[in-house]
Amino acid sequence: MDVIPKWADAILIPLISIILAFIISALVILAIGEDPVRALQLMVQGTFGNSAGIGFMLFYATNFIFTGLAVAIAFHARLFNIGGEGQAMLGGLGVALVCLSLPLPHWTIALPVALIGGALFGALWALIPAYLQAKRGSHIVITTIMFNFIASALLVYLLVEVLKPAGSMDPATPRFPEGTHLPRMSDILGAIGIPFSDAAPVNVSFFIALLACFLFWLLVWRTRLGYEIRAYGHSETAALYAGISPTKIIIVAMLISGGLAGCMAINNVMAAERLVLNSVEGAGFIGIAVALMGRSHPVGVLLAALLFGFLVQGGAEIDFWTNIPRELIIVIQALVILFTGALDNMVRMPLERLFLMFRKPEA
Amino acid sequence: MSYLKNALGGVAALAVMAGAALAEPALMYDLGGKFDKSFNEAAYNGAKRWADETGESYQEIEVTAEAQRVQFATRLAEAGYNPIVVLGFQNAATVEEVAPKYPDTKFAIIDVGWLDIPNLRQITFAEHEGSYLVGMLAAMASESDTVGFIGGMDVPLIRHFACGYAQGAKAVNPDITVIANMTGTTPAAWNDPVKGGELTKSQISQGADVVYAAAGGTGVGVLQAAADADILSIGVDSNQNHLHPGEVLTSMLKRVDNAVYDVFSAGVDGFEPGVHTMSLANDGVGYALDENNESLITDEMKAAVDEAKAKIIAGDLNVVAYYENDSCPALDF
Repeated sequence: MDVIPKWADAILIPLISIILAFIISALVILAIGEDPVRALQLMVQGTFGNSAGIGFMLFYATNFIFTGLAVAIAFHARLFNIGGEGQAMLGGLGVALVCLSLPLPHWTIALPVALIGGALFGALWALIPAYLQAKRGSHIVITTIMFNFIASALLVYLLVEVLKPAGSMDPATPRFPEGTHLPRMSDILGAIGIPFSDAAPVNVSFFIALLACFLFWLLVWRTRLGYEIRAYGHSETAALYAGISPTKIIIVAMLISGGLAGCMAINNVMAAERLVLNSVEGAGFIGIAVALMGRSHPVGVLLAALLFGFLVQGGAEIDFWTNIPRELIIVIQALVILFTGALDNMVRMPLERLFLMFRKPEA
Repeated sequence: MSYLKNALGGVAALAVMAGAALAEPALMYDLGGKFDKSFNEAAYNGAKRWADETGESYQEIEVTAEAQRVQFATRLAEAGYNPIVVLGFQNAATVEEVAPKYPDTKFAIIDVGWLDIPNLRQITFAEHEGSYLVGMLAAMASESDTVGFIGGMDVPLIRHFACGYAQGAKAVNPDITVIANMTGTTPAAWNDPVKGGELTKSQISQGADVVYAAAGGTGVGVLQAAADADILSIGVDSNQNHLHPGEVLTSMLKRVDNAVYDVFSAGVDGFEPGVHTMSLANDGVGYALDENNESLITDEMKAAVDEAKAKIIAGDLNVVAYYENDSCPALDF
């Protein structure tokens, strides 16, 4: 029996953590002589005040949903995949190769094909650390983070030497052909009569991310494989006793994890219509915070991804309109991660005590 | 309802700010940030010099994510800033998208020279020419006949620097060994002085006694490690001779500050579109000579370099640019 009810675990603890993070951020902003209230106003207005702001928030959130789910599925198998960054990079490569080499007439065909390409490349990039963990006992934390650097080096090599159009100074692929261009939110909502800014890059991938959340739930809580993954995550020995193969679970969970990270590329690469060097921009790492905050549940991941999308977009607004240095926005993000991830017990333990106090009379 | 009112209030506030900002120039930094001790900072210095001299103000914004490039450029144009200077070849696609939408706004972009937009000034630098000169100086100063090059991230632009440097060194001494290393494969390579220092030590152990850093903030570590080991180093972009007086042979100057200053000074009325190359001929690139390094550059060295400079300007000496066919005649990558 859990000490605290589910709703408190899922909502109350993250909420308190976020509020604590914002209070400390406000103190830091005060300390450098700026106005925290105005900063918060700018963040909120810059994000929700117009459809472009919302569009940017959803665009960033789409990335974080994919990487958050990627980390979450690995968490369920008690694997700490911090290689989302590299897996998403490789996913980008897969999407770029598919878009550039196959004759894709229309986005409805290009999107599933690109999804397969991205997922395949991301999954394969996760397969090697997974194999090393399952068969050789090399710790997945070490191998996945090392694979991030290998992915980065591989991408630099390919973009500088192979994929870059001759004579261009910019290490990026050429633009993807017309048939692979994804419809933006402004096109989709415009078709049903809702005006939406075409400045924001949010696109159909957002809906794919929502679909991924649902499929994630289905997989983890409604299938045999999901049960096996969770069983293995709770207790390896019990799972073994129940006839679940650890090797299989490690490899399959990591393949799904890498595949989800790779799927992110439809948003940041396919919608950008070319592959550039730093297209992932730390989304793989933010995915860890998103999964931690979202308690590895798709609804939680979705909400946490929206929060981080808000932080990135709102942070850009602060940067644009005030003298608060952009490093401080990173500080705010870091505080949110610190409180929701690393300092989870700091909020949880007093709260548990509080709930126990209230429970005693009932019992 | 009250939320809506707040939102509308915000829009009104922004509109007021936009009005106040009319005809102010703006500067959009590239990823890497304002204080990278190199490219972006040089632009900042140019903008600051303009602001100090005229007493006027300008807007500046640092890009932190790929998706923000177009967002910020659009915001600047929409808010009425004019002219808008955008830094870095990675923004070529940005101005390609934004500039045609705002035909009355003047845009300028640095390190790009291949676009065709009527309201865009494109400024490129002949980094290979400046690097050629410091390569000559390096080869003449070297006693071990081995010189080093340390780049930031392995991108064509940095190869362009390295290629000019190697050509200059080999022009002085065809048998010289040029060791070239890149710091890393992530953007962190632009700001990793510790690794820059380690690479420098490694090059010293291979015999290098002059090391040229074209690596942004990483270069600080290169210059430090070289000074610690009592060998010579060469700075980049800004004049870095003063960092270790008497131990920095020279600096390859890339006058991004002048480019920004010129655009800001010309304003909207004096704006000249088209492609402008900042080369040796118009002092857009060059090598730094001041009281900190005058004892290191002998009269013969200066004479040889100045002769080469005159030849390059006159077109008698061709320094091959890496971009011409994505390869370098003097150095393999």
